[in-house]
Amino acid sequence: MATTGKVKGIIANLVTVAVDGPVSQNEICYIHIGDVRLMAEVIKVTGDNVFVQVFESTRGLKVGNLVEFTGHMLEVTLGPGLLSRNYDGLQNDLDRLTGVFLKRGEYNFPLDTEKRWAFTPIAKVGDKVEAAAWLGEVDENHQPHKIMVPFVFSGEYTVKTIAPQGEYTINDTIAVLTDSEGNEHQVTMVQKWPVKKAITAYKSKPRPFKLLETGVRTIDTANPICEGGTGFIPGPFGTGKTVLQHAISKQAEADIVIIAACGERANEVVETFTEFPELDDPHTGRKLMERTIIIANTSNMPVASREASVYTSMTIAEYYRSMGLRVLLMADSTSRWAQALREMSNRMEELPGQDAFPMDLSAIIGAFYARAGYVYLYNGATGSVTFLGTVSPAGGNLKEPVTEGTKKVARCFYALEQARADRKRYPAVNPIDSYSKYVEYPEFDAYISELIDKDWLPMVNDMKTYLQRGKEIQEQINILGDDGVPVDYHEEFWKSEVIDFVILQQDAFDKIDAVCPLERQQYMLRLVMDICRHDYDFDNFLDVIDYFKRVINLCKQMNYCEFHSPEFEDYRKKLDALLAEKQIVA
Amino acid sequence: MAKAFQKIYTQITAITKATCSLKAQGVGNDELATVDGKLAQVVKIMGDDVTLQVFEGTEGIPTNAEVVFLGKAPSLKVSDQLAGRFFNAYGDPIDGGPEIEGQEVEIGGPSVNPVRRKQPSELIATGIAGIDLNNTLVSGQKIPFFADPDQPYNQVMANVALRAQTDKIILGGMGLTNDDYLYFKNVFSNAGVLDHIVSFVNTTENPPVERLLIPDMALTAAEYFAVEKNEKVLVLLTDMTLYADALAIVSNRMDQIPSKDSMPGSLYSDLAKIYEKAVQFPTGGSITIIAVTTLSGGDITHAIPDNTGYITEGQLYLRRDSDIGKVIVDPFRSLSRLKQLVAGKKTREDHPQVMNAAVRLYADAANAKTKKENGFDLTDYDERCLSFARDYSCEILAIDVNINTTQMLDVAWQLFGKYFKPEEVNIKQALVDKYWSAK
Repeated sequence: MATTGKVKGIIANLVTVAVDGPVSQNEICYIHIGDVRLMAEVIKVTGDNVFVQVFESTRGLKVGNLVEFTGHMLEVTLGPGLLSRNYDGLQNDLDRLTGVFLKRGEYNFPLDTEKRWAFTPIAKVGDKVEAAAWLGEVDENHQPHKIMVPFVFSGEYTVKTIAPQGEYTINDTIAVLTDSEGNEHQVTMVQKWPVKKAITAYKSKPRPFKLLETGVRTIDTANPICEGGTGFIPGPFGTGKTVLQHAISKQAEADIVIIAACGERANEVVETFTEFPELDDPHTGRKLMERTIIIANTSNMPVASREASVYTSMTIAEYYRSMGLRVLLMADSTSRWAQALREMSNRMEELPGQDAFPMDLSAIIGAFYARAGYVYLYNGATGSVTFLGTVSPAGGNLKEPVTEGTKKVARCFYALEQARADRKRYPAVNPIDSYSKYVEYPEFDAYISELIDKDWLPMVNDMKTYLQRGKEIQEQINILGDDGVPVDYHEEFWKSEVIDFVILQQDAFDKIDAVCPLERQQYMLRLVMDICRHDYDFDNFLDVIDYFKRVINLCKQMNYCEFHSPEFEDYRKKLDALLAEKQIVA
Repeated sequence: MAKAFQKIYTQITAITKATCSLKAQGVGNDELATVDGKLAQVVKIMGDDVTLQVFEGTEGIPTNAEVVFLGKAPSLKVSDQLAGRFFNAYGDPIDGGPEIEGQEVEIGGPSVNPVRRKQPSELIATGIAGIDLNNTLVSGQKIPFFADPDQPYNQVMANVALRAQTDKIILGGMGLTNDDYLYFKNVFSNAGVLDHIVSFVNTTENPPVERLLIPDMALTAAEYFAVEKNEKVLVLLTDMTLYADALAIVSNRMDQIPSKDSMPGSLYSDLAKIYEKAVQFPTGGSITIIAVTTLSGGDITHAIPDNTGYITEGQLYLRRDSDIGKVIVDPFRSLSRLKQLVAGKKTREDHPQVMNAAVRLYADAANAKTKKENGFDLTDYDERCLSFARDYSCEILAIDVNINTTQMLDVAWQLFGKYFKPEEVNIKQALVDKYWSAK
């Protein structure tokens, strides 16, 4: 007999319920209002009073309304057919909701139950299997979607029967497993998992070491992120967080991309809806949408499901990781999720922490980032969930609780800077404040030395030194004036400007410059560093400025040309001639 | 007001400046009630304790006041009769005209399913270069002016409203001074466009808490015209800072823990619910929102502009350019996030690059100016930048200039050619070849 209750009190979307039986923390319940039922989650219990946060508007709700408890936490449904879909934070398929406006209480099943999938068995009768073991696979948009032993199964099972190659719907039994006590369990292609629990069915989780190529120079060259790594992008509004995140999600070398639009602008999600089905995946040539799942919970959608949306996204990411795929999860923005936590904490009259956020905010953020990672599966395959979150710091102040909580756990930090954005130096990532902890990992060093060259990381380091030095000189010039410093100061400053304009800045709206493959990044960095490492012959600072502006212009034209195209080589020749004019031959 | 079957309560248990509480049963969340004839809304229910937010304020409410619950949330009657009319925050006519007949719709209705939206792609031309050239507006966009109280934002907004090609304009005035209210009324009547305009006005003479209803009223009317009539609707909301202040008053009276700048913790969601009503429907109707957020001392890190900036698709700043003595739309800090959807696509191909190059040179001019002020010698390039900046401000940016985007681009190329060499402007060679005009 399921527990039921009656509404006792209402403050916005926090509802107090008097219950007649046991309930558990985070259990899902439905509140009846008229002929619809509103989904809600238990967030606090005191005596007979159960506090639930309702995922919808509570307008018109009355004291005494019936509440039914479901006995389980918020779950996602996992199975083939998730790719290319647009879900809300509670995994309702937005395309199958009726009407232009969202109706409260309208929920749907997230997968297609009619579609027949071409199944190929992997496991054989008699095989010993455990949770997450691969039983077979279906082709989902050209991805090998593995049908796995459900994650909730514990212990060892024996495969009693396995369906032969053929076409099945997600609800058809594709295997029968026998547990150690001889009980039989039927397995279909679909399973459920509570979103707030991490899926840990893997053998080990080493430190990330493989470069995840994003095609963005200021990331790949300057501060690379790894497969299974974590990073965050804080920045005041208008500094290009979303453009940068979109660029990464379009170009990154991942098998699956999950975009969690959490409490952000609806038009930004619409941009993704519109563009992704048209854009080609630079790695496979197929449409980007084929490898993408969008979880949209925009800022005007119910606040409580914002929190659910990030967990829903992460759980789906972990599901695909268990298939041995490389998943990239982008959440924009984690601050909105934190604000949703704050709103609830406030309504429950909890004692507030800094800026009225809940006290355990940094623990919640930490636990969430910890779910990303590169893993070795039990069968020896590898998979990864790379997580990149944006943070929208209030007032652009990085000393606020969400940024600080995130900084403790994320390994890459891409600091977007207002001053750079104001000067239209995009992406506005500050090269000096940003960091990637992965470059300090010996295993990453070994990997990148193998992939590119041993001199790569020292060269990148050298580049950062030039930038740092350039910044210091600029400050001196500002204080002392152009005439007040020696000419070679100007030379050094302009070398840092060459790096800034040619390597760091990248035009996300130019078809060619938007994506810069690793090979091209190598070429350009070697070219630019070669320019920097030479000495030049100048009489006065005006010549320096004029000369390097011409150098920058030619390098930028190269960035706009197809790599190694005739125009590209032509600009290179012009550049070499220009360099020969002033370079001092050692 | 009370109908025969409605229960009348007469025992108020608590009164604050903005709320009162009583014991009542069968009350729905968000439901309207009248307290001593004043309109109020349910904001909290705990057992049979009901808390009401009284819009007009609670001055003079006795503990034995009559409380009648109306069984509905705040609503507006919508029909074509709305056009050309002025209403107060409750949707009652204040222009002496007849009551509106039409379908009664609850305000603050549900959100549009994001997959049912269309990507905004229609340019809204205003003739102001600071907007059309540098920060192009797109239908379905939401964008505020961040302005100091002494800047002429209402005049600029009225200008935009008159020049923009839209079917309806809905004005939501919150805490408008009576003078500004009359200004809008005059401008719209004189331009002969009154029949395109619907106004919901709360002036400084009205109680502040009433303002909370204005945006929802305006947007409910906007949704009627955009959804039912497939019209292009422009909504003007001024001043959203006063709206947020009213939110803070109510949350404070309800003993909520304030977050940054004494604003309620839910400020972001409260503002997002309003601004996200901006939408482009696939059927052709659209809602575009231009709002005003007044700043105190230009501080954009204050919670109101800060949260607004994260919600809206850009922001526009007005600035008085002391070199030319005119108001311009600040090219540095202003931003329209949707401009790339139309710039170079609905406008000429060179638009994005020209826009960026001009702003970059304008920035170099600003640096040169700083240098000059600090007593350093200027280079020839610095001097040329300064001359360019003056012409650019005067011939393009000033808000009294009214030319179309192609003309703006032509003027920009002329100025480039007048003061610079092609390699100094950093534009793709193909465009330079096509448009560069030597002096």
